[in-house]
Amino acid sequence: MTASSTPESNAPRPWKRPPALFTHTGWRRTIYIGALVYLVLAVQSIEVDWMRVYEGLERGWRFVQGFLVPDFTSRWDDIQAGLIESLTMTVTSTVAGILISVPIGIGAARNLTPMPVYLLCRAIITVSRSFQEIIIAILLVAMFGFGPFAGFLTLAFATIGFLSKLLAEDIEACNAVQIEAVRATGAGWWQVVNYAVQPQVMPRLIGLSLYRLDINFRESAVIGIVGAGGIGATLNTAIDRYEYDSAGAILIIIIAIVLLVEYSSSHVRRWVQ
Amino acid sequence: MTTGTLESQWQYRTPKQRLLRWVGWFWLVALTVFCWQVMTRDTIWAFVTDAPRQAADIGGRMVPPAWGYINTLWEPLWDTLNIATLGTLLGVIIAVPVAFLAARNTTPSVYLVRPVALLIIVASRSINSLIWALLLVAIIGPGLLAGIIAIGLRSIGFVAKLLYEAIEEIDEKQVEAVRATGGSGLQIIDYGIVPQVLPTFWGISVFRWDINIRESTILGLVGAGGLGLQLQASLNVLAWPQVTMIFIVILATVVLSEWVSARVRQAVL
Repeated sequence: MTASSTPESNAPRPWKRPPALFTHTGWRRTIYIGALVYLVLAVQSIEVDWMRVYEGLERGWRFVQGFLVPDFTSRWDDIQAGLIESLTMTVTSTVAGILISVPIGIGAARNLTPMPVYLLCRAIITVSRSFQEIIIAILLVAMFGFGPFAGFLTLAFATIGFLSKLLAEDIEACNAVQIEAVRATGAGWWQVVNYAVQPQVMPRLIGLSLYRLDINFRESAVIGIVGAGGIGATLNTAIDRYEYDSAGAILIIIIAIVLLVEYSSSHVRRWVQ
Repeated sequence: MTTGTLESQWQYRTPKQRLLRWVGWFWLVALTVFCWQVMTRDTIWAFVTDAPRQAADIGGRMVPPAWGYINTLWEPLWDTLNIATLGTLLGVIIAVPVAFLAARNTTPSVYLVRPVALLIIVASRSINSLIWALLLVAIIGPGLLAGIIAIGLRSIGFVAKLLYEAIEEIDEKQVEAVRATGGSGLQIIDYGIVPQVLPTFWGISVFRWDINIRESTILGLVGAGGLGLQLQASLNVLAWPQVTMIFIVILATVVLSEWVSARVRQAVL
């Protein structure tokens, strides 16, 4: 600082980049110290049994080997059954979820609906979004028994929150001029939705539906762990039996299907939009 | 004037488009019906029709929540927060180099390094943290560490994907300006790229932290510590009032973390 204030030092003083975040020095120090204290406390709360970890490393190595040399054949019947359950669950729950979430999404758009309907639909969305798939799956399995039907209900329920919310936001962001133009021709509410709103949101709705299909497949691999059917149940069994080569095979299949769905859905989305 | 009224009527789509759409819808419906039949082949409908009664039964057992149970939940809650935060930290530390290796404009080699980085991202993204936890609990034993690593592994793909997309969208002029001063590769990244993606980076990290809080609440179901462990214990003994209390705590945590993350993102972006 002193060097730069004296006029005779013409040499370029070393420039120091100003902090990008927390520009106030006091705040910055408080936050840094707070973060450090938290880190120390948090790390202390981890209890690691290093002997167990050491023993587990050999298992970990076996898993890596299983992943590199997957065993598709010996448990193929179970894997196939799980896959079919997962895929059918994904398709039916996505379709059912879309069918239910379109009316709810329209109901939750402020520019199309009266206040009571709006509040009701927003409440449904909030309830559906605040609980995780796994928790819903636990409850639904307790009610509907084990199997893919509970999984179907779980995924459909989770789809409603996701799709309705994004659809409602999309409808609210619609070009109001087009809605007004259609309304000026004397169109009723249905005609406004059909001719002014639908063409504007349709491409995005299709894109979101495909995205949700992708998510639903991923989730269908998880909710099996709590008994809602699908490939997750098979995977859980494989790991419980320490059959890491079968588990590796299942994981590879999951990754491949996710990749496939993701790529095809991005193609369809580009084609639609 | 000679053309018939039918042809002159304006129509939105050509007959071919209409036919294609009709066929598309038809296949969609057929596929759904087929999937539905395959899926419900083994469904025991007696359980399904019985569900309302079951729901009423469970619902009746769930209220009132066991309010006093909250005192045993503070420690799992602290564990859950630690799993999410340390897991996010771990994920971010690994994700940043991966993102720079995956971005087209910073990767050392488009043909060798970039595909590997993309593969890491895809593998991490397609496997849910619960599955990672399932594996890690089997490998390194139950406890917080498995949860932290599971959350970290899952976060890599998410953070790296969004970050590398942000890196690819930067303003190249600033990079060129730093390069023109004679900056080395690392200096270009430090002065040309990092300042441009830093707000996005904080936004992504906090967003992921928020998601991780959600996910870490249930990781305990497979033995990875936190609230899920208590949930599993209560479910096993069918202590529904305790389950309700855990749900309430989870809901409160999730809402709070969502609020925090929204505020931070608002401040940063």
